[in-house]
This record gives sequence, C-alpha cells and structure tokens, in this order.
Amino acid sequence: MSLWEYANPKKFMETSGRILPWASGLAAVALCVGLVWGFFFTPDDYRQGSTVKIIYIHVPSAMMAINIWVMMLVTSLIWLVRRHHVSALAAKAAAPIGLTMTLIALATGALWGQPMWGTWWAWDPRLTSFLILCLFYLGYMALWQAIDNPDTAADLTAVLCLVGSVFALLSRYAVNFWSQGLHQGASLSLDKKENVSDVFYFPLLVSIAGFVALFVALMLLRTRTEIRGRRLRALMARQRGA
Amino acid sequence: MVDLGKYAVPVIGSYVASLALLAALVGLTVWQGARMVRALRQAEADAEAAAQATETDHAH
Repeated sequence: MSLWEYANPKKFMETSGRILPWASGLAAVALCVGLVWGFFFTPDDYRQGSTVKIIYIHVPSAMMAINIWVMMLVTSLIWLVRRHHVSALAAKAAAPIGLTMTLIALATGALWGQPMWGTWWAWDPRLTSFLILCLFYLGYMALWQAIDNPDTAADLTAVLCLVGSVFALLSRYAVNFWSQGLHQGASLSLDKKENVSDVFYFPLLVSIAGFVALFVALMLLRTRTEIRGRRLRALMARQRGA
Repeated sequence: MVDLGKYAVPVIGSYVASLALLAALVGLTVWQGARMVRALRQAEADAEAAAQATETDHAH
C-alpha cells in the first residue's frame, strides 16, 4: 500500500476517523499523568527551586512549536511537488496549533525567566527567533484568510512556510550558534551529563508524549474539518452553477 | 498541597495560562468541527433534494 493513498480525502477521512479516538485518549491520559506527576510528585531543583515545574509545559510546547512548523514544511513541499490537497489542508490545520504552542512557550518562558534571570524578556537569540516564529505563524494564518482561491493560497503559504523554516531551525539551534544570551542549552540530550536528572526526565517524557498525541488528535480533527469545508464549498459552487 | 514557596505565582501562572490556551484551542477546534459537520449535512440534503426535484421534472 502506498503512502499517497492517504492523499485521497475519502481514505484520509476513513483512517483519521479510526485513529482520532485513540490519539485523543492517549493525549488526555499522558497529559494528565505527565503534568500531575511533574507538578505534585517531583522535588524542587537545588538552584531553580519550584520553578523547575514549569519545564513540563515549557519544553514540550517549545518542541512542538518548532516541530509543527517542520511538519507544515513537509506537507507544503508535498503540495508544491505533488499537488495533493489533503497535504495543503493539513498544513493549514496545523498552523493554529503551532501558534498556540508558540504562545505557551513564550508565556511560560517569560514567567520562568522573571524569577531566574530577573527579566521577563531579553533579546536573546533563542527568544528572538521564537518571537519571529510566532509572527510567521500569524502571517501564515493571515495569508490563508486573505486569499479567496484555495489553490493560490496553498501555493503562497507553502512559499511562506519555506521562508519561515529558517527561523524554525534557528529557534532550535540558536543556542548552539551563539554562545551569548540568557537561555540555557537543550534540556534533553543523548549525553547523560547534559541531560536533566532522571527525577525530572521521566515525567517530562510523559508530558512530551501527551503534547505530541494532543497535536496529532487536533491536527486530524482540524484537517477533517478543512476537508469537509472544501466539500461544502464545492457543493455550494455546484448549486450556484445549476 | 505542594509547597511552591516564593515561586508560587510564576509556577501556578504558567500552568493556568497554558491550560487555558490549550482548552481554548481544543474547544474552538471541536466547535468548528461540529459546525462544519452540520453545515455539510444540510448542504448534502439540499443537493439531494434538488437532484430529486430535477429527476421528477424530467419524468413529467
């Protein structure tokens, strides 16, 4: 069976309808377990005190904000190369989720930064590239709304997505490019010395799994709505023509 | 209850703000989905009724 079969809206609706309850259930369970475990059953950090509990929201949301843009990049490229409508609609459906994740990462980062750094905001490479990523999400969504022809909108937003990918990657690797700035390096690393302690690591992994499952569930649901919207517009156009 | 000490406001503020944003996103997504399902059902019913009316006209 080819992956491209899922580009067929009917096939996508059938498959996503089967996956959706599982993804929603997994998201609810993993988010509850991860956040309750992290908030109530982990100790304070010896330097950061109880603010370390913000990690269970800040790190997963920041990871999702970047990875959702990468997912949008992949689906936009599929649209540009193969002209599958479902892929363009999936990118459109993912953007509000990515924007929400970016806002959560920025808000929790500011709330965490104030007691630790003594400031809500600094023009640090990672913070600045994240703010630009947030503006790209807004611009992407505005562009979809601004253009009546869906195919033209999909083309132009795909190009915008390609440009914005620079900032998505910059957000991820900014702390490695520049040594200056307040933001610390990655919290999760394959290097045991760099990684956070196990007592924080395992609830963080569960929380990340919850955010990923929530994204999958919301993205499927929103893409299904977009596919139905496309069918509705086609029906209305046919009725107007009759 | 967990003792958050002097950092209670930023920690609780982070959780409340994030959960509120996530709840708004989930609520909006479900509401938009349900509204679209209703609109599409109505349009499909209208289209079917129009097609049957045309068939009846042709039969006469």
